[in-house]
Amino acid sequence: MSIDVYVPRDSGALSLGAEAVAKAIAAEAAARDVDLRIIRNGSRGMFWLEPLVEVATAAGRVAYGPVTAADVPSLFDAGFHTGGEHRLALGVTGELPFLKSQQRLTFQRVGIVDPVSVSDYVTHGGYQGLRQALSMSQADIVQAVLDSGLRGRGGAAFPTGIKWKTVLDQQVPQKYVTCNADEGDSGTFADRMLMEGDPLTLVEGLTIAGLAVGATQGYIYLRCEYPHAYQVLKEAIAAAYQARYLGADVMGSGRRFDLEVRLGAGAYVCGEETSMLESLEGKRGEIRVRPPLPAIKGLFGQPTIVNNVITLASVPIILSKGAAFYRDFGTGKSRGTLPIQLAGNIKQGGLVERAFGLTLKELLYEYGGGSASGRAIRTVQVGGPLGAYIPASQFDVAVDYESLSAIGALLGHGGIVVFDDTIDMAKMARYAMEFCAIESCGKCTPCRIGSTRGVEVMDRIIAGVDTERNLQLLEELCETMLQGSLCGLGGMTPFPVTSALKHFAEDFRSRARH
Amino acid sequence: MVATLRTRPGALLEILHGVQTELGFIPPAAVPVLAQELNLSRAEVHGVVTFYHYFRHSAPGRHTVRVCQAEACQSMGAEQLTEHVKKSLGVDFHETTADGRFTLEPVYCLGNCACSPALMRDEDLFGRVTPARFDELMAEWQRDS
Repeated sequence: MSIDVYVPRDSGALSLGAEAVAKAIAAEAAARDVDLRIIRNGSRGMFWLEPLVEVATAAGRVAYGPVTAADVPSLFDAGFHTGGEHRLALGVTGELPFLKSQQRLTFQRVGIVDPVSVSDYVTHGGYQGLRQALSMSQADIVQAVLDSGLRGRGGAAFPTGIKWKTVLDQQVPQKYVTCNADEGDSGTFADRMLMEGDPLTLVEGLTIAGLAVGATQGYIYLRCEYPHAYQVLKEAIAAAYQARYLGADVMGSGRRFDLEVRLGAGAYVCGEETSMLESLEGKRGEIRVRPPLPAIKGLFGQPTIVNNVITLASVPIILSKGAAFYRDFGTGKSRGTLPIQLAGNIKQGGLVERAFGLTLKELLYEYGGGSASGRAIRTVQVGGPLGAYIPASQFDVAVDYESLSAIGALLGHGGIVVFDDTIDMAKMARYAMEFCAIESCGKCTPCRIGSTRGVEVMDRIIAGVDTERNLQLLEELCETMLQGSLCGLGGMTPFPVTSALKHFAEDFRSRARH
Repeated sequence: MVATLRTRPGALLEILHGVQTELGFIPPAAVPVLAQELNLSRAEVHGVVTFYHYFRHSAPGRHTVRVCQAEACQSMGAEQLTEHVKKSLGVDFHETTADGRFTLEPVYCLGNCACSPALMRDEDLFGRVTPARFDELMAEWQRDS
């Protein structure tokens, strides 16, 4: 009987040589006349073990990693294809401590299924949410999303159900559902992993959203830095059309939903929803002044849902298992689970999906195993380039919307970038300003000019020139950007700058005068 | 290409992607043609081409190397890697090597933040790229071409 061997096609695994491993396994199997089938799955999210090769055995899926192409002959010698012992053997994948303690709802199939197989998706519980939704009224679907407590996972954390209800209430013939897959924050890769590992969950979420609000057209706006995700999405969407889960007659219901992927072109600001809509319309990705909200006047002037990948991918399980099931995870006003990304200088980087409420300390040391360099962790930046730097003295904070907000930080898209004690925080503050200057859409002055002035001021501070006066100037500049910018890019760039200054003033003040 | 895509809503970005995939960049001469075909002003088309970092205005080398500059990669030595790559190729960002083989570009996040530092050559992604690893990759790329 044929043996199933899993070698990820996730970008992270590919970046560490998964393609060569897959080819070596195929060649070695042919040479040894071993009957095996290689399935290109997503990643389990344990990147220090990638490329992670799994084999289906009677005891369940067992893992080997990190595997290089050079290890493949010895793996065959050890009989890995029947679960044989080898120095890279890790045991049953699901029993690995990093995975076993997680609560994977949104990521339940990522790394497990063949991402472009509809039948594999259905076998693993896929399309039950859509089936349920088709038996419900539009208002009831929206109510279920509202009751689940789901909030936008892209960063703004707006209640998803309220957005949907606003679109549902608009009485116009043409509405749109759009997915913001412009995952530009450094330290985040949950969207990418989901799109590469279980894209049909996103497709199902979008289809449910379309049914709920009466939209027949959906768009996924994907950043062009993700060519592998683009390929997987295209294959998955084609497979969904083929199996009639998309198109004129979704699951034989007589309802239409069409979906396509559009590529961005390297502009961070297009992750802001109105800028994304401009870009989808084929224009410069300049932000729009709100109101009107996109839910009332969005894509091509029509009512439009704009949701992040993880938000939409959380919808199928809310429909299939019920709003209460999802809501019962989490704490306070942070309901459900959060896919957290451990990134940067961390020993065990990867994806941790747990109910809200875990502390930074647990994430960094129990899951992450401390820094990759072995040095002390000095700070983490949570929530991307616009997120605050949090010092080690505050690592007891719980990772949820309210707790982070209480210490002047933000959750954003759930990415945590780890820095050891060699980091120069004045340079990171300068970088925050520089990034804003590079990525500003140019529409408003505080962002466009303020960021450039910010780089200049930071250059003087770093050079030790007139430090106190320039620090004063920096604080005033940050205040202007915070209050006067039209969107989060200019309005939040002060967060990393002022948090670095507040917690690590010594990096700013101790500069030798040149 | 314009003929097949022009009727699609918001077609300009898709068409520009198509032009760049085909030619490697957006030639200035394409701007008036696209403006006419899509019933837009030249300024509008030029504005879109110049807004996005990805669209190029001149021909690139045979391969484009993009080195991530964002925070996660910085925490793992992206700065040293960048210096090393610039020195190895003998070019700065936005420049092409004299032999026309490589164009070097910065990029702000490749979504490979648990395997930092990262770089991309054309559409191939590489993680945990130390300067020594980059030298190995260069040797492989030399052999391939």
